[in-house]
Amino acid sequence: MMMLEARGIAKTFVLHLQGGTRIPVLDGVDLQVRAGECVALSGPSGAGKSTLMRSLYGSYRADAGSILIRHGGVMVDIARADPRLVLRVRRDSLGYVSQFLRVVPRVPALDVVAEPAVARGVPLDQARRAAAALLDRLNIPHRLQALPPATFSGGEQQRVNLARGFIAGHPVLLLDEPTATLDDANRDIVIGLIREATRRGAAVVGIFHDAAVRGAVARRTLNVQPHRDAA
Amino acid sequence: MSDALLSARGLGLTFGPITALDEVHADLWPGEVLAVVGESGSGKTTLLNVLSGRMAPDAGTVWYRDPARHLHDLHAMPAPQLRALHRSDWGFVHQNPRDSLRMRVSAGGNVGERLMAQGIRHYGDIRAAAQDWLAQVEIDPARIDDLPHTFSGGMLQRLQIARTLVTHPRLVFMDEPTGGLDVSVQARLLDLIRTLVTRLGIAVVLVTHDIAVARLLAGRLLVMQGGRVIESGLTDQVLDDPQHPYTQLLVSSVLSA
Repeated sequence: MMMLEARGIAKTFVLHLQGGTRIPVLDGVDLQVRAGECVALSGPSGAGKSTLMRSLYGSYRADAGSILIRHGGVMVDIARADPRLVLRVRRDSLGYVSQFLRVVPRVPALDVVAEPAVARGVPLDQARRAAAALLDRLNIPHRLQALPPATFSGGEQQRVNLARGFIAGHPVLLLDEPTATLDDANRDIVIGLIREATRRGAAVVGIFHDAAVRGAVARRTLNVQPHRDAA
Repeated sequence: MSDALLSARGLGLTFGPITALDEVHADLWPGEVLAVVGESGSGKTTLLNVLSGRMAPDAGTVWYRDPARHLHDLHAMPAPQLRALHRSDWGFVHQNPRDSLRMRVSAGGNVGERLMAQGIRHYGDIRAAAQDWLAQVEIDPARIDDLPHTFSGGMLQRLQIARTLVTHPRLVFMDEPTGGLDVSVQARLLDLIRTLVTRLGIAVVLVTHDIAVARLLAGRLLVMQGGRVIESGLTDQVLDDPQHPYTQLLVSSVLSA
């Protein structure tokens, strides 16, 4: 079953503060991901992999093309949908693990992780138990789980971010460098989480600089080429 | 706008030579947080005042849908009806809590007053509700009989929020609710607002000059400049991929810690 179908995505940034400089990044990118599949985005640094990811999530506005995401029984075009529909698709169907954790400063890690499940209607106690189990698995000690992640190390923050991304069981999952700051043991745990997600039928798109991770989880690779006109 | 709680169409307002609002459209749906950002003088506070019926526009209409789903032209409503609305279905959180709190009335009295205005008379129930709400906004319920002037700025803001939410409004207007507070107090208040708004499913129009506050609280965002809405949409899309030159300037001018 098709879960994500992007056709002809184009994206050019126009920098009005730099005299209207145009930076073309994506032009005619196609991507199809079925249930249970993991596709890795590859290509040199600056080729537009993260731009593509953020366009798929709707954080960047695609100039052209369509980005269909399966949401319940229908395909929703993230590139054109009303913002409120995009928010519902993100709550229920489309998860995203960014490179940086961005949360209210005072909230304990446990609640940061539980939040996406609570947003989907899971009772708070149950969501917290699931969050604790996920954080345990990612080796975040109990004494840290009760603290806000702002003071955590980079690797710990990334694991909190990953737990937050995986807890809600979204059927489409976007992962931007999920293992960049992790040691080997934690990297293997993340590989396990990604494999479990695809086994239950999730469609995953990821940027994995670590070739070992890519080889372990991705069935296909989409090569993102630098735009020909890019300066 | 079919199910919107509030719909503004073509709002215009001038103060002498100054254009405060120019062809502004906005909708607010149940349970969503809509942030309005812009610099001083952009018209964002004027928009909040017009949307909440505190100020009349020169042009345009604000439609309000009541709990029975009837539509009302807000600025054509009789004043007593509008006041009743502000005491029940709506709430207003001011930047300065002293603008809404009664400083000579106890903390519990400030919270209970809105319930009494709704016709609730049982003293024990009112006191119990006040205690419950003080606890919800993390004020020690033992302070229920203390006067507000003995509270810190952050506590006053939390007391104002308790006073506003005790009647379970469906819609709350917030004008720079974290402005003027220390950064650590701001974080606590942000967390509190976010938790309460999510749990109670309240719709919020949030005016702020602080883009980080908008990002953490709001699903949708309006950017105002010179009385016009120059950009709107998903909060993260507007902030991460701003299209308008002014929004690009606004986003690029933020200092990151």
